[in-house]
Amino acid sequence: MSLRSLHGRRIDSVWIATLSVLVAGLCGMRLWRPGTVGAATNSGSSQILNYASPEEMLFTRDGSRLYVLCQSGEVRVFNGATYASIATIPVGHQPRGFSLSPDESRLFVVNSWDDTLSVIDTHALKVTATWHVGMEPSSVVDDSADKYLYVANRISNDVAVLNAATGAEVKRLAAGRGASYITLAPNGKRLYVTHVYPNPTPWRTPPESEVTVIDARTAEVVGHIPLPSAAGVFHVAFTSDSRLGVVAEMHPKNLLPVTQVESGWVFENTLTLFGPAVGNKTVEVPLDDLENFAVRPFGVAITPDGSRLYVSCGGSEAVVAIDLPRLLRYVRAHRGPIVYDLAAGAHYVVKRIPAGHDAHGVAVSPDGRRLLVANRLDDTISVIDTRSNNVVSTIGLAGSKQMWSLQFGLQMFAGMTNAAPGQRRCKSCHIDEHHRNAKRMKLSTIKQIQALRRGEQAFYSGHYAFHGAMGCVNCHIDSTFDAMQWDFEPDGLARNIVDNMLLEGIRDAAPYDWSGVNPNLPTQGGPRTEKFIWRSQNYDVRTLADVCAYINSLPERPNRWRLPGGNLTPAQERGKAIFERTVDDFGKPIPLTNRCNYCHSGPLGTDHKKFDVGTKGPGDDSGLFVTPLLTNIALTAPYLHNGRAASLEEIWTIYNPQDRHGRTNDLAKDELNDLIEYLKTR
Amino acid sequence: MKRKIHTGWLAAVLAVTGTCAMAAPPQQLPQMPHYRFVNYTTANGLPNDHVYCVLVDGNRIWAGTDDGLAEYEHGKWKTYTTKDGLAQQAVLSLALDKRTGDVWAGTMGGLNRISGGRIIDTYTQLNSGLSNNIVYGVSVEEENVWVATAAGASRLNLDTGQWSIYTDSNTPMKEIWVYGVSAAPDKVYLAVWGSGLLEYNQQTKLWDIYEDPDHELEIVLFKNQGLIHDIVSSVSYVDKTVWAATYFGNSRYDGRYWQNFLTKDSGLPSNFTNFVKGVDAHHAWFCTDKGLAYYDGANWAVYTPSLTTGKPEMTVRDAAGKISHISVTTAPANNYMLGIDFQGRDIWVATAGGLSHGIFEPQP
Repeated sequence: MSLRSLHGRRIDSVWIATLSVLVAGLCGMRLWRPGTVGAATNSGSSQILNYASPEEMLFTRDGSRLYVLCQSGEVRVFNGATYASIATIPVGHQPRGFSLSPDESRLFVVNSWDDTLSVIDTHALKVTATWHVGMEPSSVVDDSADKYLYVANRISNDVAVLNAATGAEVKRLAAGRGASYITLAPNGKRLYVTHVYPNPTPWRTPPESEVTVIDARTAEVVGHIPLPSAAGVFHVAFTSDSRLGVVAEMHPKNLLPVTQVESGWVFENTLTLFGPAVGNKTVEVPLDDLENFAVRPFGVAITPDGSRLYVSCGGSEAVVAIDLPRLLRYVRAHRGPIVYDLAAGAHYVVKRIPAGHDAHGVAVSPDGRRLLVANRLDDTISVIDTRSNNVVSTIGLAGSKQMWSLQFGLQMFAGMTNAAPGQRRCKSCHIDEHHRNAKRMKLSTIKQIQALRRGEQAFYSGHYAFHGAMGCVNCHIDSTFDAMQWDFEPDGLARNIVDNMLLEGIRDAAPYDWSGVNPNLPTQGGPRTEKFIWRSQNYDVRTLADVCAYINSLPERPNRWRLPGGNLTPAQERGKAIFERTVDDFGKPIPLTNRCNYCHSGPLGTDHKKFDVGTKGPGDDSGLFVTPLLTNIALTAPYLHNGRAASLEEIWTIYNPQDRHGRTNDLAKDELNDLIEYLKTR
Repeated sequence: MKRKIHTGWLAAVLAVTGTCAMAAPPQQLPQMPHYRFVNYTTANGLPNDHVYCVLVDGNRIWAGTDDGLAEYEHGKWKTYTTKDGLAQQAVLSLALDKRTGDVWAGTMGGLNRISGGRIIDTYTQLNSGLSNNIVYGVSVEEENVWVATAAGASRLNLDTGQWSIYTDSNTPMKEIWVYGVSAAPDKVYLAVWGSGLLEYNQQTKLWDIYEDPDHELEIVLFKNQGLIHDIVSSVSYVDKTVWAATYFGNSRYDGRYWQNFLTKDSGLPSNFTNFVKGVDAHHAWFCTDKGLAYYDGANWAVYTPSLTTGKPEMTVRDAAGKISHISVTTAPANNYMLGIDFQGRDIWVATAGGLSHGIFEPQP
């Protein structure tokens, strides 16, 4: 008996698809694609609620296999030609980077929140070892000799050099702040490391970034390629002859008021070219054009023949296709800076290819005919024909669309939608299934998760800003912060400069903004953002709610300075005592309001109130600022409302001369060090 | 690479001197190393003639001067100044992280890290946990950078970013002027001006102190029974042996026995010693205010321009105390010696009048 005859209603293909998804969910089956929805990472009902969130991809040299790294904590293995699923391999928490050994027998995955590296046997397709690495490992590369593994640690700003056979750490090399992405040049001689947060510079000066160059033979830093004015630097790609390197980066202009977005003067999205092909100098070229920004360039790939350069732009949900020979001719023909010429792209950009939400990692097939783009927030991979530059197919990894179908189908099944009066509802015949499903799947949970995904998509999208110029994530890189200071209000140049804050754990941190002007997150993220930043359009009610839900859902990443079990080191214990002390080093009582833990109280380290701690600068209208959270404060230099303090130490060694920011001038240097060691554990 | 240089140097010296002068034929002049000195001053590229310290980094030479950090490579000088991020123009101390190739420079205004040809970090007493901006000494051991300052010692853990401070409040030191530091995986030694030698046991995390048995007297009542004097200016820990320089003589301690060196009964040209660097447990170089001295375990050689005429001098004192003057045509740039490092068989010497490259000259 067909469904149509049973219910006496036309059932179109959408409904059939939806119902099949629903039934599969009810039955614990995975009809739409086995093993694609977080299958191996979790158990129980949460299995089918995970998003895959594909981030990075790798082809084997012969193109027979495609590895997809998913933020859900797994590596998906596909046939490289047909994309048929071969396996799903669970790894650690929040994996961020992976690479193959030179003989392709091992796949290395770094798990950014576990501080581990998973070693996968590519024959057995399972994890055979898990090695401890540094703080927030974000990429891993095996050198061509298979002697060393290089791991970029985002929090400790360095590159760990590991014995490739044993995982033992040999040493760490200093890299840029927020070291994140490593690329080995095709000739195997050098590694190039980028970083997502700018290196420290004097206050109110342009940001600076770099590509740190490591000699693969000696495993030593041998140079720095300067990236002036860049902040938020992501992948590097090389031509097959290693003569040209291309860096994807953002070029913020944070010294100007953000209101200048109307003039295209907040973020520029650029590439930096380096290497012999451009005369061993660096050339920064724009990806944007006047009314069409290429927001947040992330992944870079060059076809083996060097004819095409592709750049994924997550905020624009697009891939920019560049004619590389034309770009090089243009660069060689022009003297002087090109980066500020927003008409330049017309000379080398051949197409903007639509992709999915937060178009992320890219991979070119070994034959150069296909470009794959991981659409992280759509759970899909776009397959682009490099001859036509058209998307020719989309690989679904199960995610938001399937989740939507699941919810929609469940609603229909339960009779909540689409049931005409007098028509029978599914659940009337399948009561047991409905009850079982209700227990297993929790409709409210599905709704919530969908809202979070929608909110995350909006958060990562540049769609809402004037000319699509930027998204929330431009400043809150990977939903964190950007280590920069911004001029938001239309109150004149360099007035009321504010330091960007970490978003983790801010759910209960109202009021928002350093001034405390926003009583809740919808005000901060809605009217305020729309007025001072987007200057283009409002969020609709649901989108604003989703964005806020997403921000509120952001968990605190693990604190690397806390000992297991919550114990404190002796220095941290001493610092805690200073944080909580009631008398100073001279035995004098410290007034209640001048103790650290008076304002920085509670689990978040804030009392949510405004105080004047003597940090008002010449550009500030007021000296009253809301007590900031202490959550993961070790990561978020610089400090104070305007970012004047380059380090935690400077808060008290320089900017607390009158003891208004707590009684600290009685402290000896070692006591201040102890206090800071304790603060790092918050 | 660095290990090869070290052992190569030792082999070279041993080859020149024999196993030691005690084995040399009686009345024969001990074969001490000979050098042809090439001196660098402002006349040929050095930013300032006052060179506080020198560091050999493979084929690259670093010189800490009164006016910046100078780097010499491929016959050319490059100078890092405060414009390049140097914490202060006067560079007092240098250390090489042999694992990473990074160079650490202690200045009169803080501590710098140089990596890949660029100053990438600046630590001061205001922006970091560094105890004081005047950095007299620096030494790198695994992931720890040990720093000798005018207000105690500091240790930076490069993996965690944690700073620890060691002063009179948590160590046995009585004064906090730490002039030198030498760190190794097992022990760390601090040279403390006025408070002797401090030893930190890396395993037990405990401190010990070695002081002059007769304390602050400038005469030596108890020779070879302890540190020669409490005003310790420099320390070098190598092959589980400590070499300690003071302004009133020098000492060697092998963990059990002390050996003191004074001008009156050794080849030291002066008791006033700014810097010491041990080659191994038995060989060491001493930078004094009256010349550069080398000790091979029995014999001494001193290299300096004459204090009176300025002419090059080399003096050898054998184990029996016999002094011989060797005819030489070159000498270090100045008699006031401040630092030394080794490059294979060659030496590089920091002096108050320039940087000197002692090119080893085999003797027939």
